[in-house]
Amino acid sequence: MHDKTIAQLAAGLKAREYSSEELTRAYLERIARLDPQLNSFITVTPELALAQARAADRLIAEGKAGPLTGVPLAQKDIFCTDGVRTSCGSKMLDNFTAPYDATVVTRFKAAGTVMLGKTNMDEFAMGSSNETSYYGPVKNPWDLAAVPGGSSGGSAAAVAARLAPGATGTDTGGSIRQPAALCGITGIKPTYGRVSRYGMIAFASSLDQGGPMATTAEDCALMLGAMAGFDPRDSTSVDRPVPDYTANLNADLKGLRIGLPKEFFGEGLDPEVAKVIDAAVAEYKQLGAEVVEISLPNSALAVPTYYVVAPAECSSNLSRFDGVRFGHRCENPKNLEDLYKRSRGEGFGTEVKRRIMIGTYALSAGYYDAYYLKAQKLRRLIADDFKRAFEQVDVIMGPTSPTVAFNIGEKTDDPVTMYLSDIYTIAVNLAGLPGMSVPAGFVGNRPVGLQIIGNLFDEARLLNVAHKYQQVTDWHTRVPHGFE
Amino acid sequence: MSLERSDVVSIAHLARLAVAEDDIPVYARNLSNILDLVAQMNAVDTSDVEPMAHPLDMAQRLREDEVTETDQREKFQAIAPSVEAGLYLVPKVIE
Repeated sequence: MHDKTIAQLAAGLKAREYSSEELTRAYLERIARLDPQLNSFITVTPELALAQARAADRLIAEGKAGPLTGVPLAQKDIFCTDGVRTSCGSKMLDNFTAPYDATVVTRFKAAGTVMLGKTNMDEFAMGSSNETSYYGPVKNPWDLAAVPGGSSGGSAAAVAARLAPGATGTDTGGSIRQPAALCGITGIKPTYGRVSRYGMIAFASSLDQGGPMATTAEDCALMLGAMAGFDPRDSTSVDRPVPDYTANLNADLKGLRIGLPKEFFGEGLDPEVAKVIDAAVAEYKQLGAEVVEISLPNSALAVPTYYVVAPAECSSNLSRFDGVRFGHRCENPKNLEDLYKRSRGEGFGTEVKRRIMIGTYALSAGYYDAYYLKAQKLRRLIADDFKRAFEQVDVIMGPTSPTVAFNIGEKTDDPVTMYLSDIYTIAVNLAGLPGMSVPAGFVGNRPVGLQIIGNLFDEARLLNVAHKYQQVTDWHTRVPHGFE
Repeated sequence: MSLERSDVVSIAHLARLAVAEDDIPVYARNLSNILDLVAQMNAVDTSDVEPMAHPLDMAQRLREDEVTETDQREKFQAIAPSVEAGLYLVPKVIE
């Protein structure tokens, strides 16, 4: 059953080919047997999963099932889950049992899905390799020496290894798209404000956005339909109707205008990755699309701009972790300042501390204009580049990541080298646009992702563009050796 | 941009982070590298550009001033490091 997509599993459940309990047991058995080599889950919740599966089976029997009722999924451990540990990959929250559900979790519960567990991630979603997790690195199922990408690396590895048919992720600078690319799965970061951030532990509030990760665009459409929508509990949630993302999956691509930004194909891009992307673009031409070269002249500024905006917002957001009301507290604090400093010093890992310090510095007296304000101005220029491009084209395509998955330990010494693995994804977050990664081939045994970027709220088109490609290619159906 | 040891100590204090003495040189080096990366921002003149705080340029939504949350003190206190009589305990602040 694990080789099926969410759409196929939902159909099988509806046709009573198997029960949700049987399906859930099958996935739990795979997790128990195969995950020790990957470390993709921080917490597995078998009892909760089986209780939810039995409840789903009752709904199906009563004819009250929705499109996703009884489908098992995994949640990134950044989403608060009432009564279940929510660690965010940090020692700070190792002992934290969330007292409420994130809206995304509430919505999946309402849709009748089953939660298999909570997936591993970079600490507080800060990382591009899953190596900053307090719970240890996740291995890439395509090659156990390689990273799965990050920060949603646990979700990506779990889906790629077919330990769950779909999982949630969050994307602040590429954290859904880059691991999806490196693990050979499909993932979409929706428009900023499309999916509620309530109960999704905050990293950089003007950039963070949750989204689905699965094997196919169709499955992402099904999951996004359940996740998206207005939430009064998130002040940046957008009050705008959610379309049926599956309705236009098969729309013809004849005349689709694809923009290829020349800045995405220059220095820094692995030539073997470039070949895979060229072949994918050629496939789109076969499907009737027109290809136009475009320019996003401020692209090179995206990474520097991001490393002011994101750390500044993170230093503010993470000031809530003070050892008083929840989370890690140091032993025998001498006074309140000692309590704050040691609880935070012990609870946070090195990368998180680095980013808090950069953000604190950038926001400190006398530096605000030179850093944060300057970055906000560049953010406008970066967003304007996309605005101009979308007057000319319907979607933008390029590589998701400049290289395939790198080896565990390869980039841990110098944070800047790690940051540059997100050069093609970060600008999309700064502009608030939806972006997606679709499996497009391999270099050696490591997958390559094609990135598709859309205009604001154009998720349905991205999913359609990805789905049509998946009808004529089979990269998304490949399963890593040992996980068939 | 090169940060000195004393800069790291003062930033760590502002951020209320205890940093081990031995780790300070590594932080100084890594943070300096990040600031060098960030300095690429200065290549562009932005004097006439309106800062962008938010991707959607939306206005803050207001709601009626009504109580919408129920009291869950016990649930919240159950996950706290140290509580007594419904209060969160911290070291003595005023002697």
